[in-house]
Amino acid sequence: MKVRAHMSMLFHLDKCIGCHTCSIACKNLWTDRKGAEYMWWNNVETRPGTGYPTGWEDQERFKGGWEYKDGHLDLRLHSRTQGLFRLFFNPALPSLDDYYEPFTFRYSDLFTSPEGEDQPTAIPISMITGEPMTPGAGPNWDDDLGGSPLYAANDPNLKGLDPEVRAQLAEIEGVVFQYLPRICNHCLNPSCVAACPSGAIYKRAEDGVVLVNENKCKAWRMCVAACPYKKVYYNWATGKSEKCILCFPRLETGQAPACAHSCVGRIRYMGVLLYDADRIPEAAMVPDERLVESQLGIILDPFDPEVIAAAKAEGIDEGWIKAAQNSPIYKFVKVWGLAFPLHPEYRTLAMMFYVPPLSPVVSTLEKALRASQGREGLVRLDLPETDLDFEVYESLEKARMPVKYLANLFSAGNESLIVPALKKMLAVRILKRQESLEGGVTEKARKVLRDAGLTLEEAEAIYRLTTLPTLEERFVLPPYHREMAAEVWKDPLAHKGETGFGYIQPPLRGE
Amino acid sequence: MNWNTILFGIFPYIALTLAVAVTAYRMVYRPFSVSAQSSQLLEQKRLFFGSTAMHWGLVLVLLGHLLALLLPKGLLLWNAVPVRLYLLEITGLGLGFWALVGTYVLLARRISVARVRAASTGMDYLVLVLILLSALSGVLTALFYRYGSFWFPAVMTPYLWSVLTLQPRPELLLDLPFWIKFHVFNFWLLVAVFPFSRLVHVITVPLGYLLRPWQIVVWVRKLAR
Repeated sequence: MKVRAHMSMLFHLDKCIGCHTCSIACKNLWTDRKGAEYMWWNNVETRPGTGYPTGWEDQERFKGGWEYKDGHLDLRLHSRTQGLFRLFFNPALPSLDDYYEPFTFRYSDLFTSPEGEDQPTAIPISMITGEPMTPGAGPNWDDDLGGSPLYAANDPNLKGLDPEVRAQLAEIEGVVFQYLPRICNHCLNPSCVAACPSGAIYKRAEDGVVLVNENKCKAWRMCVAACPYKKVYYNWATGKSEKCILCFPRLETGQAPACAHSCVGRIRYMGVLLYDADRIPEAAMVPDERLVESQLGIILDPFDPEVIAAAKAEGIDEGWIKAAQNSPIYKFVKVWGLAFPLHPEYRTLAMMFYVPPLSPVVSTLEKALRASQGREGLVRLDLPETDLDFEVYESLEKARMPVKYLANLFSAGNESLIVPALKKMLAVRILKRQESLEGGVTEKARKVLRDAGLTLEEAEAIYRLTTLPTLEERFVLPPYHREMAAEVWKDPLAHKGETGFGYIQPPLRGE
Repeated sequence: MNWNTILFGIFPYIALTLAVAVTAYRMVYRPFSVSAQSSQLLEQKRLFFGSTAMHWGLVLVLLGHLLALLLPKGLLLWNAVPVRLYLLEITGLGLGFWALVGTYVLLARRISVARVRAASTGMDYLVLVLILLSALSGVLTALFYRYGSFWFPAVMTPYLWSVLTLQPRPELLLDLPFWIKFHVFNFWLLVAVFPFSRLVHVITVPLGYLLRPWQIVVWVRKLAR
């Protein structure tokens, strides 16, 4: 057992309102630079939809992630030799148009236009060439366009859904969509690291953050194609790859990443997970439907004395172990089984986790009702809201956001993993609704709770951490001990005295 | 001292000194800059035809030159049978043409595609022009002064070795036709430009990729231990 610690983020999708505050916080902090204008280390997608860059989940085209065949785990992108032969042209690299051409507006026209009949306008110009252009795409161009034939209908995750269900997703007045915020998943088995011919990308052992060494990066661009989540970006001005750094400078000073800290819906949680690095290969090499199970299997119990001893032997200090014990991620992922990695079938063992969203109403129930009344158009279920919840609970497989769709996103298509999670969340909702609105809990609700496999205490804990967590409960950040890190380099006092002196080379490309 | 001595006896040493010293400086003190900026993100289709042709054409043609430098006798023996000579010459000429066309495509692309132009520096154009001239003069030499693989071992191999062994004999080139001289000088010019341009990426060919483990894990704190 080789215990290592990992900083992980959790996204509670049931709370995401799709406001893009996270994206803006990240953009302002990290990618508001020449060459990085088009990059969104954090982006929010409307689902069903094609996402950003457009169609990133289509691995037939982009060749991201790993392939498990005949007992071998291979990069979908290339073998080592193929990698070297493709240095001069990387066929699977997305082009800028798969993202979008960054644009701004020529605001100076508003002030410098000659006097005339019409109001002056600020025309859009490309942020690359400076020439006038007509914007036709953007990072959230499909925002809220659930049901659209251009975006939603082309979502690769709709595969395996009944044509009837697919049609319902786009029904007028019945359109369904959810939001999917995404950052780098800081995977345990990152394909970007494996694909880099220069060996410039690495995983930090202390906290699992995957970083690009920009001095070593030689612009071969393999990482961009190899990342199945398309979360490594190529800076066209400096000629280097860049990616989400999980705001490690913030983490090291005890602050949550900017995207998480600024989250309006408070959907994001940060915490430590302990995992067994020795068992990574075996976790990545199982059939698709067992991937989630096998990945969660190598996440260790931070209360187990054996694990604690092994962690200490690996140099993980007391503060980190304590943080792992209080980790909200550990609770959601391991204790309650409510959260899943995004697209486990890519076999990179993504370490950011998602709580799937609940759907409000069951579309097929409505439809049945409509048919029985012999009416066209939408019929609201003529049931009290509380009973409606039970109806949804009973017929989760017919939920408006199809469970199959969620399974395609979060469990490699394995619905049997998603259903229990949704049932637990729904049971908690029913319980708390009765408690707070109806002054008492009915036997029916208790039965639902038991059926979902929850005790009252667990339900209460899930409720608290979902709806009422304080900042400290959402972000359980371990002490990074920068002083200890500095100690190994040089005398801490000298380090303190020298901080701020010296010079920094600007990141200029070579001529 | 005449022009021949300056261009082929002295300039090569200036070029080689620059290439070694400046490249070393750049690797140690400016590691960020040691790479060739890719513009594939900005334009893909023309890059495919240009880059593949230029790179593979140049790499193979240069390997041919290297072969003549290292194994002149072997080359002459190979050429002893006419069919083999023709085969070698045709292959070399084809590869040279391929590189020439590729370089032209790349230069035209850099000038005409607005996005790529926006990401280009003066040095990018200079490098492409120099390579274009090199490929052009090489192809012309091969066409006008037939069977280079026959006379190269007799003329160019001794000259190059004389430069590399610090006993330059520029007079070997004195009576050669213009295009051949041009081709040689152009090569030394490329060597001189090498450390100041994107050409340095030649030294970054990541052969280590064949041997390293898939995953790289770095301990920040154990670095100093």
